[in-house]
Amino acid sequence: MSQSAVQVKGEAKKGVLKRSSKVERWLHVYKQLKKNKMAVVGAWIVAFYFLVALLAPIIAPYDPLQIDLVNKLQGPSWEHWMGTDDKGRDILSRVIYGSQLSLAVGSVSVLIGAVLGVMLGLIAGYYGKLIDTVIMRFIDILLAFPGILLALAIISALGPSLINVMIAVGIFSVPTFARIVRGSMLSEKKKEYVDAIRALGASDFHIIVVHILPNIFSPIIVQGTLRLATAILTAAGLSFLGMGAQPPSPEWGAMLSDGRNFLWTAPHIATFPGLAIAFIVLGLNLFGDGLRDALDPRSKK
Amino acid sequence: MFVFIIRRMLQMIPVVLGVILVVFLIMQMVPGDPAVLLAGESATKEQVAQLREQLGLNQPLYMQYFEYVKNVATGDLGTSVRSGRPVAEEIFTRLPVTVELAFWSIIVTTVLGLLAGIISATKQYSISDISIMIVALLGVSLPNFWLGLMLILGFAVNFQIFPVSGWGSFMHVVLPAITLGTAGAAIVARMTRSSMLEVISQDYIRTAKAKGVKQTYIVYKHALKNALIPVITVVGLQFGALLGGTVLTESVFAINGLGRLIIDAIRMRDLPVVQGSILVVSILFVIVNMFVDIAYRLLNKRVDLN
Repeated sequence: MSQSAVQVKGEAKKGVLKRSSKVERWLHVYKQLKKNKMAVVGAWIVAFYFLVALLAPIIAPYDPLQIDLVNKLQGPSWEHWMGTDDKGRDILSRVIYGSQLSLAVGSVSVLIGAVLGVMLGLIAGYYGKLIDTVIMRFIDILLAFPGILLALAIISALGPSLINVMIAVGIFSVPTFARIVRGSMLSEKKKEYVDAIRALGASDFHIIVVHILPNIFSPIIVQGTLRLATAILTAAGLSFLGMGAQPPSPEWGAMLSDGRNFLWTAPHIATFPGLAIAFIVLGLNLFGDGLRDALDPRSKK
Repeated sequence: MFVFIIRRMLQMIPVVLGVILVVFLIMQMVPGDPAVLLAGESATKEQVAQLREQLGLNQPLYMQYFEYVKNVATGDLGTSVRSGRPVAEEIFTRLPVTVELAFWSIIVTTVLGLLAGIISATKQYSISDISIMIVALLGVSLPNFWLGLMLILGFAVNFQIFPVSGWGSFMHVVLPAITLGTAGAAIVARMTRSSMLEVISQDYIRTAKAKGVKQTYIVYKHALKNALIPVITVVGLQFGALLGGTVLTESVFAINGLGRLIIDAIRMRDLPVVQGSILVVSILFVIVNMFVDIAYRLLNKRVDLN
């Protein structure tokens, strides 16, 4: 065997090794996750909701917008498992269709927050100095708005609608992503491989996006999961206040808002959408916590 | 220490200026001409032009911002489009209600959270620990506006112990404060537990135990004092979430606080009121954060020595 063939073989082996170590890493994460019973419960809950959202047209027993005044304000029964609302619409069907809205609004807003936040965090952490100071002071200012007030301010300017809720909740999520990514970037950019790639003449953009970003992806995934819980909660809250989904849309927060007028006569209207929100948030929190423990053993107590 | 406090107070200035800038810029996103909006549809062109001149809308953006900062600094938050009253007046008639609600809620958050956390930590893996942690998990996940409705259903409709809505007596405070304080209590409980467990496992606690010091004495005199330090930061952060949460809670319980003022103003497109209220609540939060930082520093003297 010639020397070059040996070399090629060696390199091929290295490639295989590299790939298998990546697979092994994810297998390890998967095993860790499976060991964590709470995380498994969380994962099942989340999977269940996504399934319900996907299959909504098939599994919903009624049209969520179908008004049936004869059967209005009925309590749970065999015909209507969760009862009917003040317009006789089937609450179960509305809750099922509501999962589509909540998951979509939550996911889009987390995506908006993640893209903007990750970008700001990468730039601040990589370039440091003045750019870092300016970006992070800006993030501090966004964090100075208590809770949902920033989102409310944005909606007050853009006007109430689900699209604007996505934008508002997305911007509300920017600071968390920016801070986490910046922190990871600060430790990652000191590593030798970054110097090596730079010495080879790679551009900053190439270094950041192709080499550093994949290495700091796990905290972003964890944060994305946990933020999805917050985003769903916040979006439902905004719709509850009448700032998001408008009637007759089967949004959980909006349904709760309808239901509060009937707390005396038909308390089930406000009960079920609330439970739907609580369980998806619980599932995402459990899964996110488990994911964090599995991906980052240091944070484990 | 004195230097630290002064420095910390000065640090607030750029943040407050930034908050004003963000609110100012967000209001620039409002579609349409603000002068036309304010003057109403029946206004003539001359009237609109006059209003524009009067409001300084012809000036460059940064001049408008400086003007706005100057007005805010002198307590002039503009005039409500709807009521015609000064925004500052509208806000300060509502503010005490919201502050009172926030005060009782933070008491719920702190007392309930600390108690639950301490019990959990001192009886790790017991039934009470596990149940407290499960309740805490639920507490973080429940939407507080739903919790409020369920509390009304349980304790005001079915058992008529507390009033359904309104404000005034102590009985009015109970349900809203629980509604608003629960999520924070859950977070504080989890934080207290992990912080206590960390302290309890340390050498000096083991030494105290070996010396035969009583368990309760160890917990409250030695462990809690040190475990509290990280908890303070969490309580401070929770205060922010809580201030924002007053919007929802006040809406659920029909309390005429600042939160409801904001929502009503957004509905009626009364932008000066929205702008002013959000500004006031945010500045309040910035000030509270400063006090939290100072308290943290005072309690955590070891940081100073190093």
